[in-house]
Amino acid sequence: MMAKLIGKRITRNEDPRLLTGQALFVDDVELPGMLHAAFLRSEYAHARLKGIDLSAALERPGVVAAFTAEDMGDDWSPGPPLVIPPPTIEDVEFYTRTQVPLVKDKVRHAGEPLAIVIAESRYIAEDALDDIVVDLEPLDVVTNIERALDPDSPLVHDDLESNIAAHLVQEKGDYAAIREGADKVIKRRIVIERGAAGAMENRGIVASWDIKQQQLTVWDTTQSPIPIRNGLASMFGLSEYQVRVIAPFVGGAFGPKIMMFYPEEVLLTWSTLKMGSPIKWIEDRRENFYATTQERGQVHEVELALTSDGRILGLRDDFLHDTGAYDPYGLTIPLNTQCHVLGPYEIPNFSSDLKVVFTNKTLTTPVRGAGRPQGVYVIERMLDIAARELGIDRVEIRKRNYLPNDVFPYDNVIIDQAFESFIIDSGDYLPAMEKALEMISYEKFTQEEQPKLREEGRRVGIGVVSFIETTGVGPYEGARVTIESSGKISVATGVGTQGQGHFTSFAQIVAERLGVDVRDVHLVTGDTAQFHWGTGTFASRGAVVAANAVNAAALIVRGKVLELASEALETPEEELEIEDGVVRVAKIPTRYISLGDLAQRSNPLRGAVEPGTEPGLEGTAYFGPKYGATAFGTHAMIVEVDPETMIVEIKRYIIVEDCGTILNPLIVEGQLHGGVALGIGNSFYEKLVFDDNGQLLNASFADYLIPTAAEIPTIEIAHQVTPSPLNPLGSKGVGEAGAIPVPALFAQAVENALDVEGLEILESPLSPQRLFELFHGEEKDA
Amino acid sequence: MKPAPFEYIAPTTVEEALGHLTEHGYDAKVLAGGQSLIPMMNFRLAQPAVLVDLNKLAELSFIRSDKDGELRIGAMTRHYQVEHDDLVAEHAPLIHEAMPKIATPQIRSRGTFGGSIAHADPAAELTAICVALDGRFRCLSERGERWVPAKEFFLGMFTSALEPDEILVEIAIPPRAPRTGWALEEAVRRAIDFALVGVSAVVTLDAQDRCERARLVFLSVGDGPVETVKATEMLVGKEITPDLIRAAAEAVTAELDPSADIHASVKYRLHLARVLARRALEKAFARAAAPGTQAA
Amino acid sequence: MSKAMDVTVTVNGEVYQKTIEPRLLLSDFIRHELNLSGTHVGCEQGVCGACTILFDGMPVRSCLMLAVQADGHEIRTVEDLGTMENLHPLQEAFQETHALQCGFCTSGFLMSILPVLEETTDLSEEDLKRALEGNLCRCTGYQHIRDAVQLAAEKMSSGGES
Repeated sequence: MMAKLIGKRITRNEDPRLLTGQALFVDDVELPGMLHAAFLRSEYAHARLKGIDLSAALERPGVVAAFTAEDMGDDWSPGPPLVIPPPTIEDVEFYTRTQVPLVKDKVRHAGEPLAIVIAESRYIAEDALDDIVVDLEPLDVVTNIERALDPDSPLVHDDLESNIAAHLVQEKGDYAAIREGADKVIKRRIVIERGAAGAMENRGIVASWDIKQQQLTVWDTTQSPIPIRNGLASMFGLSEYQVRVIAPFVGGAFGPKIMMFYPEEVLLTWSTLKMGSPIKWIEDRRENFYATTQERGQVHEVELALTSDGRILGLRDDFLHDTGAYDPYGLTIPLNTQCHVLGPYEIPNFSSDLKVVFTNKTLTTPVRGAGRPQGVYVIERMLDIAARELGIDRVEIRKRNYLPNDVFPYDNVIIDQAFESFIIDSGDYLPAMEKALEMISYEKFTQEEQPKLREEGRRVGIGVVSFIETTGVGPYEGARVTIESSGKISVATGVGTQGQGHFTSFAQIVAERLGVDVRDVHLVTGDTAQFHWGTGTFASRGAVVAANAVNAAALIVRGKVLELASEALETPEEELEIEDGVVRVAKIPTRYISLGDLAQRSNPLRGAVEPGTEPGLEGTAYFGPKYGATAFGTHAMIVEVDPETMIVEIKRYIIVEDCGTILNPLIVEGQLHGGVALGIGNSFYEKLVFDDNGQLLNASFADYLIPTAAEIPTIEIAHQVTPSPLNPLGSKGVGEAGAIPVPALFAQAVENALDVEGLEILESPLSPQRLFELFHGEEKDA
Repeated sequence: MKPAPFEYIAPTTVEEALGHLTEHGYDAKVLAGGQSLIPMMNFRLAQPAVLVDLNKLAELSFIRSDKDGELRIGAMTRHYQVEHDDLVAEHAPLIHEAMPKIATPQIRSRGTFGGSIAHADPAAELTAICVALDGRFRCLSERGERWVPAKEFFLGMFTSALEPDEILVEIAIPPRAPRTGWALEEAVRRAIDFALVGVSAVVTLDAQDRCERARLVFLSVGDGPVETVKATEMLVGKEITPDLIRAAAEAVTAELDPSADIHASVKYRLHLARVLARRALEKAFARAAAPGTQAA
Repeated sequence: MSKAMDVTVTVNGEVYQKTIEPRLLLSDFIRHELNLSGTHVGCEQGVCGACTILFDGMPVRSCLMLAVQADGHEIRTVEDLGTMENLHPLQEAFQETHALQCGFCTSGFLMSILPVLEETTDLSEEDLKRALEGNLCRCTGYQHIRDAVQLAAEKMSSGGES
């Protein structure tokens, strides 16, 4: 019987290489004659560039070249925008202002690159940075997104009338009307602050222009090698076939590595084309805090209108979204926020006025969650407050508002990040909640344990939140599956891998369809020379879009195998089975042919290949979902707060997750653990602190606090499976799910633990300092 | 982040090392464990012209005690050696308790006892602890040797009493009096972080269970370790009750002037100081009163 | 400019002689002079632990040492632990429990955990804490790494090292 591999807990194919130090990361690339680059970055957040003098740097022994924006001449231009609203969306005010390769007129955020130095070593390149004389005239800085809208605020982009990058109103039903008839209207202001992705590997690029072969090869820690390839080719007048972009093993990405084009990607390419030498740039950790994108900053003014029994009549969420100095990523993040504030709930009337605001800070592009955590935070907090004010149990109020199972696919009317109507394909929210309550013993805790502990003076609290996660968006991905004459299978797909286990989960699909051992399936991801159609790894879509393309390609090959084997074994296809690397006659297992032999047969050295057929056992397929599949779940947590020090300890953490069909539970668990860890960081430890001059006060791992093992509890997971009707595998994404509900959960649980009348947590992240202020009713320290 | 160029010298004797420091003066920086200096050099916040590496000076790595129980620790002794040493556990249990709280195991593999002290980081546990234990530091130069009491050693943030031509070579911790208790209390965000506020307490009870001596020395509340003398004066000669401890703990804030940073405000730091002082005194007095506090 | 210096270092049992600048960090020396790229660099300030190697048997941050300081000493990097065909029980345990995702922090964890397990396989809470507290991971949330340490302890106590 064929082993069922899809859904099995299989250990990873790629691990032996990674474990033994034999995996190639970008900084491992060594090429003969390779030079090293360093960037001079602005110390000021907002300043006019009056002049740069490179002469002393160029005289330093070991320095080979140095360039400024002026040196780039006509090659200098702001980057192409990644996502702009199509003209079909009415009433969107949108101003595209994208990042520049090197500062030309003025600096718009601290860390913006002013010049590149290329030298024999990174050490010398850094020495040369100190030789450069820069004349910067500081300008007034704007960092606060609310103050950025003041009429007299400094302007990040002088050619605009204000710091508004975009303005969009989304509506569903008629909120203003329904509000009048509501029994209860709750209004709050919620503030969420920035965090960093903090991948352990910083960014890096090696760009190598081979003049004789007229080939450009770029190793890049990018999440999307194919668009990078296409973009670089276009930017520099090369044919796409002259450009090869390789994203080898990448040490974590979490979103910012999909941003393109980073100034460094443009400069390294431009420089190698000019100089003919391979050039390497590896970002260091301090640079990473300035030069790699960040996310989360928003300010919400929310209003929730309900009936007296807690049913939501309508929601109004007007908010500001901080895009930093430029907006290449358009509306993606705040559109996600708008969709996720609707949650798994039935909200018939909705209005949201969104303003995207420029500030003199590092630009904002998605970080794991990509605007979803903020939306979830808003609705979950409002429901908690409503529950309290209406005297309804917080679990009960959620249950009363869940979308029932018979409404799917459910059209939320407003548009999502793909500029399509936000449709939820499937959902089954109640069981996920019930399961979570059961796992955390909600009743026992709230009725028995908590009251007892409180009597002892201990501040223990419980939190339960529900959420949805849009995943698996298009446009498409592709894959090619080939059976080699050895009988091994090779697969190529365009997405890259930064730890998600694609080398295994995709291999499982192919192995199941083609009856081979999963270890005999060799996958290549992220190399445009192997596969050059696709977009990239982002938005929790690998397991949906790429996996389904892999599946479709594998099925094509399976079809060819059966057809050819039927001929070779002179047996009808229905009587054949594929297992253990051979095709055999089911009833006469001694009659078989190996896949390798079939592959050889299919690729003759003599004879003819019929017109209209293809040699080999190879299949290429593409998959583009109609719209994204929506995963969902419930998280629950018990925390204890030391009432004197305000240090928080997580006692228990429960996840009930529904990401549709699971390809590999081991990998899904890993994604959930990692997501929660980042979420815990977002909730209580990590906050990028900018001063009024736009300086980041904690641009180092010493002061930007990424959680260690001591801060992350053991997480208990239960799975629910509601297959998505949108793809043959029934899968939904799960890459971001762990991170999305955590800040909302933290706020609820800590509020519950502190148990202070009138204490409301309406911000994220928290800290012991902040809890101290809230607990004692103190003013927020500036 | 790569360091700027420097001249590197790795002397094999203390005399040699001192000679280099005399020669180069302010241009030279001493490299001990490097766990604080090298990150600063990588960030280019420190750019010494000359680096004098003490890691070949085996003679500066030792842990001894004399018959009275005074502990002598060589400045180049690694943290992990101090952490696992029986003499330290016996004669200076406060140090023994503090060691696992210093940074991480990998830092402790390389970081040195003397290096941490000479670096004079107000957030470093050992600075406060050495003050609380009446430690003395032997400072050597070509001009001679001098012993500096811990409480005179820390002059300001990252500033010690060491002259440019001096090396800290040895730390002496006096013998522990009978019926002496100790404690180290810290409030930290992540387990590996520097304390938001920390306090070391050393107390001694007399034969009648009255407080003979009490010291509270704080870290992360100013430019260096800060001892709250008036607060502990309240305890001397008295019978120790929870109310008395609470009163002393409340009183510490009058002697503290912490600054704010991104992790904690002044108010929160003072609040933590009170809380931790109370916890430290409770623990220290309990230990002092416990039978057999002569031995480890 | 600083004078180049000769260093002789034993790495994974092999003796290397190189001439280098004193400011060359040990992490860069290992990765780029010796081409042992299994050790990774994440922060160059001693916090993330990705660069952890064994120096005379002790786990240290190679980004906080100068290569010249390794003269006359012994270093072990992840390449010494096992091969793809023959994984060390600790590496096996990591694979079995899915204790790595992107793999960038992994060698630092392995070289930090190894000395603890070589000291004892009867792990206390303190031992487990000691084994993990000095390394950051952004992918796994640490849970599977904790599982890996327990599993490795079991493997190493029964079968010994491979």
